[in-house]
Amino acid sequence: MSGAPQTSDPNIGAPAAPASVARNFERVLPWAAVVGMFVVWEIVCIVFDMPPFVLPRPTVIATTLVKLWTPIMRHTMYTLWTTLIGFGLAIVFGVALGIVVGAWRVVYNGLYPVLIGFNSIPKVALVPVLVMWVGFGPIPAVLTAFSISFFPIVVNVATGIATMEPEMRDVLRALGAKKHQILLKVGLPRSLPYFFASLKVSVTLAFVGSVIAETVTGNRGVGYLMVDASSRFDGPVVFAGLLVLSFMGVGLYLVFAEIERRTTGWAHRGQDSA
Amino acid sequence: MSFVDLQDARLVYGGGGGTLAIENASLSIARGEFVAIVGPSGCGKSTILKMVSGLLPPTSGLVAVEGQRVLQPRKDCGIAFQNPTLLPWRTTLSNILLSVEIAEEHAKKYRRDKQPYLDAARDLLATVGLLGFEDRFPWQLSGGMQQRASLCRALIHQPQLLLLDEPFAALDAFTREELWQVLQSLYDKHRFTVILVTHDLREAVFLADKIYIMSKRPGRIVNETKVDMKRPRTLEDCFAPHFVDMVHDLRARIGRELEAA
Repeated sequence: MSGAPQTSDPNIGAPAAPASVARNFERVLPWAAVVGMFVVWEIVCIVFDMPPFVLPRPTVIATTLVKLWTPIMRHTMYTLWTTLIGFGLAIVFGVALGIVVGAWRVVYNGLYPVLIGFNSIPKVALVPVLVMWVGFGPIPAVLTAFSISFFPIVVNVATGIATMEPEMRDVLRALGAKKHQILLKVGLPRSLPYFFASLKVSVTLAFVGSVIAETVTGNRGVGYLMVDASSRFDGPVVFAGLLVLSFMGVGLYLVFAEIERRTTGWAHRGQDSA
Repeated sequence: MSFVDLQDARLVYGGGGGTLAIENASLSIARGEFVAIVGPSGCGKSTILKMVSGLLPPTSGLVAVEGQRVLQPRKDCGIAFQNPTLLPWRTTLSNILLSVEIAEEHAKKYRRDKQPYLDAARDLLATVGLLGFEDRFPWQLSGGMQQRASLCRALIHQPQLLLLDEPFAALDAFTREELWQVLQSLYDKHRFTVILVTHDLREAVFLADKIYIMSKRPGRIVNETKVDMKRPRTLEDCFAPHFVDMVHDLRARIGRELEAA
Protein backbone atom coordinates (compact mmCIF):
# COMPACT_ATOMS: atom_id res chain seq x y z
CA MET A 1 0.00 0.00 0.00
CA SER A 2 1.36 3.38 -0.90
CA GLY A 3 0.55 6.18 1.46
CA ALA A 4 -1.34 8.54 -0.82
CA PRO A 5 -4.74 6.83 -1.27
CA GLN A 6 -5.25 6.40 2.46
CA THR A 7 -6.61 9.91 2.87
CA SER A 8 -9.39 9.18 0.35
CA ASP A 9 -11.23 7.18 3.01
CA PRO A 10 -13.50 9.75 4.68
CA ASN A 11 -13.63 7.83 7.97
CA ILE A 12 -9.94 7.81 8.63
CA GLY A 13 -9.09 10.87 6.52
CA ALA A 14 -9.07 13.49 9.23
CA PRO A 15 -7.32 11.73 12.10
CA ALA A 16 -4.91 9.93 9.76
CA ALA A 17 -3.67 13.10 8.11
CA PRO A 18 -0.85 13.95 10.55
CA ALA A 19 0.32 10.32 10.50
CA SER A 20 0.43 10.24 6.69
CA VAL A 21 2.30 13.55 6.62
CA ALA A 22 4.84 12.03 8.97
CA ARG A 23 5.05 8.94 6.78
CA ASN A 24 5.55 11.00 3.63
CA PHE A 25 8.22 12.99 5.40
CA GLU A 26 9.95 9.74 6.32
CA ARG A 27 9.82 8.60 2.72
CA VAL A 28 11.29 11.83 1.39
CA LEU A 29 14.00 11.99 4.04
CA PRO A 30 16.61 9.71 2.39
CA TRP A 31 16.34 11.61 -0.90
CA ALA A 32 16.57 14.92 0.91
CA ALA A 33 19.71 13.66 2.65
CA VAL A 34 21.33 12.76 -0.68
CA VAL A 35 20.44 16.09 -2.29
CA GLY A 36 21.47 17.93 0.89
CA MET A 37 24.85 16.21 0.91
CA PHE A 38 25.57 17.33 -2.66
CA VAL A 39 24.40 20.88 -1.93
CA VAL A 40 26.62 21.18 1.15
CA TRP A 41 29.51 19.68 -0.83
CA GLU A 42 29.02 22.27 -3.62
CA ILE A 43 28.83 25.14 -1.13
CA VAL A 44 31.92 23.99 0.79
CA CYS A 45 33.90 23.78 -2.47
CA ILE A 46 32.86 27.27 -3.48
CA VAL A 47 33.31 28.87 -0.05
CA PHE A 48 36.75 27.36 0.61
CA ASP A 49 37.75 27.60 -3.03
CA MET A 50 38.81 23.93 -3.24
CA PRO A 51 41.17 23.00 -6.08
CA PRO A 52 39.43 20.36 -8.25
CA PHE A 53 42.16 17.74 -7.73
CA VAL A 54 41.48 17.81 -3.97
CA LEU A 55 37.70 17.97 -4.04
CA PRO A 56 35.89 18.83 -7.26
CA ARG A 57 32.42 20.37 -7.11
CA PRO A 58 29.51 17.96 -7.74
CA THR A 59 28.43 20.03 -10.74
CA VAL A 60 31.92 19.65 -12.22
CA ILE A 61 31.81 15.90 -11.60
CA ALA A 62 28.42 15.72 -13.26
CA THR A 63 29.69 17.63 -16.29
CA THR A 64 32.67 15.26 -16.50
CA LEU A 65 30.34 12.28 -16.31
CA VAL A 66 28.29 13.59 -19.23
CA LYS A 67 31.32 14.60 -21.28
CA LEU A 68 33.15 11.30 -20.83
CA TRP A 69 29.98 9.17 -20.69
CA THR A 70 31.04 6.62 -23.32
CA PRO A 71 34.52 5.74 -21.99
CA ILE A 72 33.31 5.78 -18.38
CA MET A 73 30.43 3.46 -19.26
CA ARG A 74 32.82 1.12 -21.07
CA HIS A 75 34.91 0.81 -17.91
CA THR A 76 31.77 0.55 -15.78
CA MET A 77 30.32 -2.32 -17.79
CA TYR A 78 33.64 -4.10 -17.60
CA THR A 79 33.72 -3.77 -13.81
CA LEU A 80 30.09 -4.78 -13.57
CA TRP A 81 30.71 -7.98 -15.55
CA THR A 82 33.81 -9.06 -13.65
CA THR A 83 31.97 -8.37 -10.39
CA LEU A 84 28.88 -10.32 -11.39
CA ILE A 85 30.84 -13.29 -12.71
CA GLY A 86 32.86 -13.45 -9.48
CA PHE A 87 29.69 -13.01 -7.47
CA GLY A 88 27.90 -15.72 -9.46
CA LEU A 89 30.73 -18.14 -8.79
CA ALA A 90 30.59 -17.21 -5.10
CA ILE A 91 26.86 -18.01 -5.03
CA VAL A 92 27.30 -21.40 -6.71
CA PHE A 93 30.22 -22.56 -4.59
CA GLY A 94 29.11 -20.73 -1.45
CA VAL A 95 25.68 -22.35 -1.44
CA ALA A 96 27.14 -25.79 -2.14
CA LEU A 97 29.73 -25.54 0.60
CA GLY A 98 27.23 -23.88 2.96
CA ILE A 99 24.84 -26.81 2.61
CA VAL A 100 27.58 -29.35 3.25
CA VAL A 101 28.98 -27.44 6.22
CA GLY A 102 25.52 -26.78 7.67
CA ALA A 103 24.16 -30.29 7.27
CA TRP A 104 27.11 -32.31 8.52
CA ARG A 105 28.44 -31.43 11.94
CA VAL A 106 31.71 -33.25 11.22
CA VAL A 107 32.39 -31.08 8.19
CA TYR A 108 31.42 -28.02 10.18
CA ASN A 109 33.89 -28.76 12.95
CA GLY A 110 36.63 -29.79 10.55
CA LEU A 111 36.34 -27.03 8.02
CA TYR A 112 35.42 -24.01 10.11
CA PRO A 113 38.94 -23.06 11.27
CA VAL A 114 40.20 -23.33 7.69
CA LEU A 115 37.41 -21.10 6.45
CA ILE A 116 38.03 -18.51 9.16
CA GLY A 117 41.73 -18.54 8.35
CA PHE A 118 41.04 -18.14 4.67
CA ASN A 119 38.62 -15.30 5.27
CA SER A 120 41.00 -13.37 7.51
CA ILE A 121 43.50 -12.96 4.67
CA PRO A 122 43.16 -9.41 3.33
CA LYS A 123 41.94 -10.05 -0.20
CA VAL A 124 44.13 -7.33 -1.67
CA ALA A 125 47.06 -9.53 -0.67
CA LEU A 126 45.70 -12.24 -2.97
CA VAL A 127 45.94 -10.07 -6.06
CA PRO A 128 49.74 -10.39 -6.56
CA VAL A 129 49.40 -14.14 -6.13
CA LEU A 130 46.61 -14.28 -8.70
CA VAL A 131 48.63 -12.18 -11.12
CA MET A 132 51.49 -14.61 -10.72
CA TRP A 133 49.19 -17.53 -11.49
CA VAL A 134 46.92 -16.22 -14.22
CA GLY A 135 48.51 -12.97 -15.38
CA PHE A 136 46.67 -9.71 -16.08
CA GLY A 137 43.22 -9.26 -17.55
CA PRO A 138 39.79 -9.91 -16.08
CA ILE A 139 40.54 -13.16 -14.27
CA PRO A 140 42.29 -11.72 -11.17
CA ALA A 141 39.37 -9.31 -10.73
CA VAL A 142 36.81 -12.11 -11.06
CA LEU A 143 38.69 -14.29 -8.60
CA THR A 144 39.17 -11.49 -6.08
CA ALA A 145 35.45 -10.65 -6.26
CA PHE A 146 34.71 -14.34 -5.81
CA SER A 147 37.03 -14.83 -2.83
CA ILE A 148 35.77 -11.78 -0.98
CA SER A 149 32.05 -12.49 -1.44
CA PHE A 150 32.22 -16.25 -1.00
CA PHE A 151 32.60 -16.44 2.78
CA PRO A 152 29.46 -14.58 3.94
CA ILE A 153 27.35 -16.82 1.70
CA VAL A 154 28.87 -20.02 3.11
CA VAL A 155 28.49 -18.88 6.71
CA ASN A 156 24.91 -17.72 6.29
CA VAL A 157 23.64 -20.76 4.42
CA ALA A 158 25.38 -23.04 6.93
CA THR A 159 23.95 -21.11 9.88
CA GLY A 160 20.44 -21.28 8.46
CA ILE A 161 20.63 -25.05 8.14
CA ALA A 162 22.51 -25.77 11.37
CA THR A 163 20.17 -23.74 13.59
CA MET A 164 17.13 -25.89 12.81
CA GLU A 165 15.12 -26.59 15.97
CA PRO A 166 15.96 -30.06 17.33
CA GLU A 167 12.22 -30.63 17.95
CA MET A 168 11.49 -30.08 14.27
CA ARG A 169 14.13 -32.63 13.37
CA ASP A 170 12.62 -35.09 15.88
CA VAL A 171 9.12 -34.65 14.48
CA LEU A 172 10.38 -35.51 11.00
CA ARG A 173 12.70 -38.31 12.07
CA ALA A 174 9.85 -39.94 13.98
CA LEU A 175 8.03 -40.08 10.64
CA GLY A 176 10.99 -41.92 9.14
CA ALA A 177 12.41 -38.91 7.30
CA LYS A 178 15.80 -39.34 5.63
CA LYS A 179 18.51 -36.75 6.06
CA HIS A 180 18.00 -35.35 2.56
CA GLN A 181 14.26 -34.99 3.19
CA ILE A 182 14.84 -32.97 6.33
CA LEU A 183 17.30 -30.83 4.41
CA LEU A 184 14.90 -30.31 1.53
CA LYS A 185 11.72 -29.68 3.53
CA VAL A 186 13.14 -27.67 6.41
CA GLY A 187 16.88 -26.92 6.18
CA LEU A 188 16.98 -25.25 2.78
CA PRO A 189 13.80 -23.15 3.05
CA ARG A 190 14.79 -21.97 6.50
CA SER A 191 18.26 -20.96 5.28
CA LEU A 192 16.81 -18.80 2.47
CA PRO A 193 16.44 -15.59 4.53
CA TYR A 194 20.02 -16.02 5.72
CA PHE A 195 21.09 -16.61 2.13
CA PHE A 196 19.43 -13.48 0.82
CA ALA A 197 20.73 -11.39 3.68
CA SER A 198 24.21 -12.60 2.76
CA LEU A 199 23.66 -11.73 -0.92
CA LYS A 200 23.04 -8.09 -0.08
CA VAL A 201 26.30 -7.97 1.83
CA SER A 202 28.21 -10.09 -0.65
CA VAL A 203 27.30 -8.18 -3.78
CA THR A 204 28.76 -4.97 -2.37
CA LEU A 205 31.82 -6.88 -1.20
CA ALA A 206 32.24 -8.35 -4.68
CA PHE A 207 32.55 -4.79 -5.98
CA VAL A 208 35.25 -4.09 -3.46
CA GLY A 209 37.08 -7.18 -4.69
CA SER A 210 36.97 -6.46 -8.39
CA VAL A 211 37.82 -2.76 -7.98
CA ILE A 212 40.76 -3.60 -5.70
CA ALA A 213 42.08 -6.02 -8.32
CA GLU A 214 41.62 -3.45 -11.06
CA THR A 215 43.53 -0.80 -9.17
CA VAL A 216 46.46 -3.19 -8.74
CA THR A 217 46.59 -5.11 -12.02
CA GLY A 218 44.02 -3.79 -14.41
CA ASN A 219 44.16 -2.02 -17.69
CA ARG A 220 40.40 -1.67 -17.81
CA GLY A 221 37.55 -1.14 -15.37
CA VAL A 222 36.53 1.65 -13.04
CA GLY A 223 39.34 0.85 -10.60
CA TYR A 224 41.90 1.27 -13.37
CA LEU A 225 40.17 4.42 -14.62
CA MET A 226 40.44 5.99 -11.17
CA VAL A 227 44.09 5.04 -10.59
CA ASP A 228 44.97 6.31 -14.04
CA ALA A 229 43.12 9.59 -13.48
CA SER A 230 44.60 10.15 -10.02
CA SER A 231 48.12 9.76 -11.44
CA ARG A 232 47.23 12.71 -13.69
CA PHE A 233 45.65 14.62 -10.75
CA ASP A 234 42.37 14.54 -12.67
CA GLY A 235 40.10 14.94 -9.62
CA PRO A 236 36.75 15.15 -11.47
CA VAL A 237 37.34 11.82 -13.24
CA VAL A 238 38.41 10.10 -9.99
CA PHE A 239 35.27 11.30 -8.28
CA ALA A 240 33.13 10.43 -11.31
CA GLY A 241 34.45 6.86 -10.91
CA LEU A 242 33.57 6.89 -7.21
CA LEU A 243 30.09 8.11 -7.97
CA VAL A 244 29.50 5.46 -10.62
CA LEU A 245 30.72 2.76 -8.23
CA SER A 246 28.40 3.85 -5.47
CA PHE A 247 25.45 3.96 -7.89
CA MET A 248 26.22 0.45 -9.06
CA GLY A 249 26.60 -0.76 -5.48
CA VAL A 250 23.29 0.75 -4.40
CA GLY A 251 21.58 -0.56 -7.54
CA LEU A 252 22.69 -4.14 -7.01
CA TYR A 253 21.88 -3.94 -3.31
CA LEU A 254 18.35 -2.84 -4.17
CA VAL A 255 17.93 -5.64 -6.70
CA PHE A 256 18.81 -8.27 -4.12
CA ALA A 257 16.83 -6.59 -1.35
CA GLU A 258 13.78 -6.74 -3.64
CA ILE A 259 14.37 -10.41 -4.46
CA GLU A 260 14.65 -11.08 -0.75
CA ARG A 261 11.43 -9.25 0.00
CA ARG A 262 9.52 -11.20 -2.64
CA THR A 263 10.82 -14.65 -1.80
CA THR A 264 11.11 -14.69 1.97
CA GLY A 265 8.45 -12.27 3.15
CA TRP A 266 7.50 -14.75 5.89
CA ALA A 267 10.80 -14.09 7.61
CA HIS A 268 10.19 -10.33 7.82
CA ARG A 269 6.59 -10.46 8.94
CA GLY A 270 4.98 -7.63 10.76
CA GLN A 271 7.38 -4.95 9.60
CA ASP A 272 5.29 -3.52 6.81
CA SER A 273 1.88 -4.55 8.07
CA ALA A 274 1.65 -1.62 10.48
CA MET B 1 -0.37 -58.39 25.08
CA SER B 2 0.69 -54.82 25.56
CA PHE B 3 1.29 -52.36 22.75
CA VAL B 4 4.26 -50.51 24.22
CA ASP B 5 6.71 -52.33 26.48
CA LEU B 6 9.72 -51.11 28.40
CA GLN B 7 11.67 -53.68 30.39
CA ASP B 8 14.54 -52.47 32.53
CA ALA B 9 15.33 -49.84 29.94
CA ARG B 10 18.41 -47.91 30.87
CA LEU B 11 19.85 -44.91 29.10
CA VAL B 12 23.23 -43.29 29.48
CA TYR B 13 23.84 -40.02 27.63
CA GLY B 14 27.26 -39.45 26.13
CA GLY B 15 28.73 -42.96 26.08
CA GLY B 16 30.74 -44.75 28.78
CA GLY B 17 31.26 -42.22 31.54
CA GLY B 18 28.17 -40.20 30.58
CA THR B 19 25.12 -39.17 32.57
CA LEU B 20 22.71 -41.87 33.62
CA ALA B 21 19.34 -40.50 32.55
CA ILE B 22 17.01 -43.48 32.86
CA GLU B 23 17.51 -46.42 35.15
CA ASN B 24 15.57 -49.66 34.92
CA ALA B 25 12.39 -48.15 33.60
CA SER B 26 9.64 -50.68 33.05
CA LEU B 27 6.15 -49.97 31.88
CA SER B 28 3.53 -51.48 29.67
CA ILE B 29 0.82 -49.73 27.77
CA ALA B 30 -2.16 -51.40 26.11
CA ARG B 31 -3.34 -50.50 22.63
CA GLY B 32 -5.62 -47.50 22.75
CA GLU B 33 -4.61 -46.60 26.29
CA PHE B 34 -3.97 -43.00 27.34
CA VAL B 35 -0.95 -42.89 29.62
CA ALA B 36 0.58 -39.91 31.39
CA ILE B 37 4.10 -39.75 32.78
CA VAL B 38 4.64 -37.20 35.52
CA GLY B 39 7.65 -36.39 37.62
CA PRO B 40 10.00 -33.66 38.77
CA SER B 41 11.70 -31.64 36.05
CA GLY B 42 14.85 -33.12 34.57
CA CYS B 43 13.90 -36.67 35.53
CA GLY B 44 14.06 -37.96 31.97
CA LYS B 45 10.38 -37.97 31.08
CA SER B 46 11.11 -36.78 27.55
CA THR B 47 13.85 -39.38 27.23
CA ILE B 48 11.23 -42.11 27.64
CA LEU B 49 9.36 -40.67 24.65
CA LYS B 50 12.53 -40.61 22.61
CA MET B 51 13.19 -44.24 23.44
CA VAL B 52 9.66 -45.32 22.53
CA SER B 53 9.78 -43.46 19.20
CA GLY B 54 13.19 -44.96 18.45
CA LEU B 55 14.90 -41.57 18.20
CA LEU B 56 17.18 -42.63 21.04
CA PRO B 57 17.91 -46.34 21.47
CA PRO B 58 18.28 -47.53 25.09
CA THR B 59 21.79 -48.29 26.34
CA SER B 60 20.50 -51.57 27.74
CA GLY B 61 17.17 -53.22 28.38
CA LEU B 62 14.26 -53.61 26.04
CA VAL B 63 11.96 -51.14 24.29
CA ALA B 64 9.29 -52.77 22.17
CA VAL B 65 6.25 -51.55 20.30
CA GLU B 66 3.72 -54.03 18.92
CA GLY B 67 5.95 -56.83 20.17
CA GLN B 68 8.83 -55.62 18.01
CA ARG B 69 12.06 -54.32 19.41
CA VAL B 70 12.54 -50.63 18.58
CA LEU B 71 16.01 -50.13 17.13
CA GLN B 72 15.47 -47.15 14.83
CA PRO B 73 12.87 -44.39 14.38
CA ARG B 74 9.51 -46.08 13.98
CA LYS B 75 8.08 -44.04 11.08
CA ASP B 76 4.52 -44.05 12.36
CA CYS B 77 4.65 -42.00 15.53
CA GLY B 78 3.01 -38.64 15.86
CA ILE B 79 4.93 -36.25 18.06
CA ALA B 80 4.07 -32.84 19.46
CA PHE B 81 6.26 -30.73 21.69
CA GLN B 82 5.80 -27.71 23.91
CA ASN B 83 7.18 -25.69 21.02
CA PRO B 84 4.70 -26.09 18.12
CA THR B 85 7.57 -25.94 15.55
CA LEU B 86 5.36 -25.06 12.61
CA LEU B 87 7.23 -23.98 9.50
CA PRO B 88 6.69 -20.23 9.03
CA TRP B 89 6.75 -20.41 5.22
CA ARG B 90 3.91 -22.91 5.09
CA THR B 91 0.22 -22.28 5.69
CA THR B 92 -1.56 -24.15 8.47
CA LEU B 93 -2.94 -26.71 6.01
CA SER B 94 0.39 -27.28 4.33
CA ASN B 95 2.14 -27.54 7.72
CA ILE B 96 -0.24 -30.33 8.65
CA LEU B 97 0.29 -32.11 5.34
CA LEU B 98 4.06 -32.10 5.92
CA SER B 99 3.64 -35.37 7.80
CA VAL B 100 2.13 -37.20 4.83
CA GLU B 101 4.76 -35.77 2.49
CA ILE B 102 7.37 -37.51 4.64
CA ALA B 103 5.77 -40.69 5.99
CA GLU B 104 6.72 -43.41 3.55
CA GLU B 105 3.43 -45.18 3.69
CA HIS B 106 1.53 -42.03 2.66
CA ALA B 107 3.98 -40.04 0.53
CA LYS B 108 3.22 -41.87 -2.72
CA LYS B 109 -0.50 -41.99 -2.19
CA TYR B 110 -0.48 -38.28 -1.34
CA ARG B 111 1.39 -37.40 -4.52
CA ARG B 112 -1.05 -39.39 -6.60
CA ASP B 113 -4.24 -38.14 -4.98
CA LYS B 114 -4.19 -35.25 -2.54
CA GLN B 115 -7.94 -35.01 -2.01
CA PRO B 116 -8.41 -37.69 0.70
CA TYR B 117 -5.62 -36.09 2.70
CA LEU B 118 -7.03 -32.60 2.28
CA ASP B 119 -10.36 -33.92 3.53
CA ALA B 120 -8.70 -35.65 6.48
CA ALA B 121 -6.79 -32.48 7.34
CA ARG B 122 -9.98 -30.39 7.21
CA ASP B 123 -11.71 -32.96 9.36
CA LEU B 124 -8.95 -32.72 11.98
CA LEU B 125 -8.98 -28.93 11.80
CA ALA B 126 -12.71 -28.99 12.43
CA THR B 127 -12.25 -31.19 15.50
CA VAL B 128 -9.65 -28.87 16.99
CA GLY B 129 -11.65 -25.77 16.08
CA LEU B 130 -9.35 -24.36 13.42
CA LEU B 131 -11.63 -24.56 10.41
CA GLY B 132 -11.29 -21.37 8.38
CA PHE B 133 -7.64 -20.94 9.32
CA GLU B 134 -6.25 -23.33 6.67
CA ASP B 135 -4.56 -20.62 4.68
CA ARG B 136 -3.20 -18.61 7.57
CA PHE B 137 0.49 -18.68 8.31
CA PRO B 138 1.63 -19.89 11.75
CA TRP B 139 2.70 -16.42 12.82
CA GLN B 140 -0.82 -15.22 12.21
CA LEU B 141 -2.11 -17.71 14.79
CA SER B 142 -2.10 -17.46 18.59
CA GLY B 143 -0.01 -19.85 20.68
CA GLY B 144 -3.00 -22.05 21.41
CA MET B 145 -3.99 -22.19 17.75
CA GLN B 146 -0.45 -23.11 16.76
CA GLN B 147 -0.52 -25.95 19.26
CA ARG B 148 -3.83 -27.16 17.81
CA ALA B 149 -2.25 -27.19 14.35
CA SER B 150 0.75 -29.04 15.75
CA LEU B 151 -1.60 -31.71 17.12
CA CYS B 152 -3.20 -32.05 13.69
CA ARG B 153 0.21 -32.47 12.10
CA ALA B 154 0.98 -35.22 14.60
CA LEU B 155 -2.25 -37.03 13.68
CA ILE B 156 -2.83 -36.56 9.95
CA HIS B 157 -0.98 -39.76 9.03
CA GLN B 158 -3.18 -41.75 11.46
CA PRO B 159 -0.36 -42.86 13.75
CA GLN B 160 -0.83 -45.78 16.11
CA LEU B 161 1.07 -43.92 18.74
CA LEU B 162 0.86 -40.27 19.75
CA LEU B 163 3.74 -38.95 21.83
CA LEU B 164 3.17 -35.63 23.59
CA ASP B 165 5.99 -33.84 25.35
CA GLU B 166 4.45 -31.18 27.60
CA PRO B 167 2.41 -29.90 24.67
CA PHE B 168 0.36 -27.42 26.68
CA ALA B 169 3.01 -26.20 29.12
CA ALA B 170 3.52 -22.85 27.42
CA LEU B 171 -0.17 -21.94 27.22
CA ASP B 172 -2.26 -19.90 29.61
CA ALA B 173 -4.54 -21.79 32.01
CA PHE B 174 -7.77 -21.27 30.07
CA THR B 175 -6.32 -22.21 26.70
CA ARG B 176 -4.70 -25.22 28.29
CA GLU B 177 -8.00 -26.50 29.69
CA GLU B 178 -9.64 -25.91 26.33
CA LEU B 179 -6.96 -27.98 24.64
CA TRP B 180 -7.38 -30.81 27.15
CA GLN B 181 -10.91 -31.10 25.84
CA VAL B 182 -9.73 -30.86 22.24
CA LEU B 183 -7.23 -33.65 22.83
CA GLN B 184 -9.87 -35.72 24.58
CA SER B 185 -12.28 -35.43 21.68
CA LEU B 186 -9.53 -36.34 19.22
CA TYR B 187 -8.75 -39.35 21.37
CA ASP B 188 -12.39 -40.38 21.61
CA LYS B 189 -12.70 -40.18 17.86
CA HIS B 190 -9.52 -41.96 16.78
CA ARG B 191 -8.51 -44.11 19.79
CA PHE B 192 -4.78 -43.99 19.16
CA THR B 193 -2.40 -44.90 21.99
CA VAL B 194 -1.09 -41.81 23.79
CA ILE B 195 1.90 -41.20 26.01
CA LEU B 196 1.67 -37.74 27.51
CA VAL B 197 4.61 -36.31 29.40
CA THR B 198 3.61 -33.49 31.71
CA HIS B 199 4.31 -31.89 35.05
CA ASP B 200 0.73 -30.68 35.39
CA LEU B 201 -0.98 -33.23 37.67
CA ARG B 202 -4.49 -31.98 36.92
CA GLU B 203 -3.76 -32.40 33.24
CA ALA B 204 -2.59 -35.97 33.85
CA VAL B 205 -5.67 -36.91 35.85
CA PHE B 206 -8.04 -35.19 33.43
CA LEU B 207 -6.69 -36.96 30.36
CA ALA B 208 -5.07 -40.25 31.29
CA ASP B 209 -6.26 -43.78 32.02
CA LYS B 210 -3.03 -44.55 33.81
CA ILE B 211 -0.38 -42.33 35.38
CA TYR B 212 3.24 -43.26 35.91
CA ILE B 213 5.33 -41.30 38.40
CA MET B 214 9.03 -40.98 37.76
CA SER B 215 11.73 -40.39 40.32
CA LYS B 216 14.37 -37.70 40.20
CA ARG B 217 17.35 -38.31 37.92
CA PRO B 218 18.33 -41.01 37.22
CA GLY B 219 14.70 -41.57 36.32
CA ARG B 220 12.91 -44.70 37.40
CA ILE B 221 9.22 -45.51 37.26
CA VAL B 222 8.26 -45.53 40.93
CA ASN B 223 4.48 -45.66 40.84
CA GLU B 224 1.54 -46.57 38.69
CA THR B 225 -1.93 -45.14 39.31
CA LYS B 226 -5.12 -45.98 37.45
CA VAL B 227 -7.59 -43.20 36.84
CA ASP B 228 -11.06 -44.69 37.05
CA MET B 229 -13.19 -41.88 35.73
CA LYS B 230 -15.62 -42.31 32.86
CA ARG B 231 -15.17 -40.44 29.61
CA PRO B 232 -15.81 -37.91 28.29
CA ARG B 233 -14.59 -35.97 31.28
CA THR B 234 -15.68 -32.38 31.67
CA LEU B 235 -14.00 -29.41 33.27
CA GLU B 236 -16.69 -29.64 35.94
CA ASP B 237 -15.15 -33.00 36.94
CA CYS B 238 -11.95 -31.21 37.90
CA PHE B 239 -13.74 -29.92 40.99
CA ALA B 240 -15.26 -33.24 42.05
CA PRO B 241 -13.84 -34.54 45.36
CA HIS B 242 -12.64 -37.73 43.69
CA PHE B 243 -10.59 -35.76 41.17
CA VAL B 244 -9.15 -33.41 43.77
CA ASP B 245 -8.20 -36.34 46.02
CA MET B 246 -6.40 -38.02 43.19
CA VAL B 247 -4.38 -34.92 42.34
CA HIS B 248 -3.61 -34.48 46.01
CA ASP B 249 -2.45 -38.07 46.33
CA LEU B 250 -0.19 -37.77 43.27
CA ARG B 251 1.29 -34.57 44.64
CA ALA B 252 2.07 -36.27 47.95
CA ARG B 253 3.78 -39.18 46.23
CA ILE B 254 5.96 -36.86 44.11
CA GLY B 255 6.75 -34.86 47.24
CA ARG B 256 7.96 -38.01 48.97
CA GLU B 257 9.97 -38.88 45.89
CA LEU B 258 11.71 -35.51 45.97
CA GLU B 259 12.49 -35.83 49.68
CA ALA B 260 13.71 -39.40 49.41
CA ALA B 261 16.61 -38.47 47.16
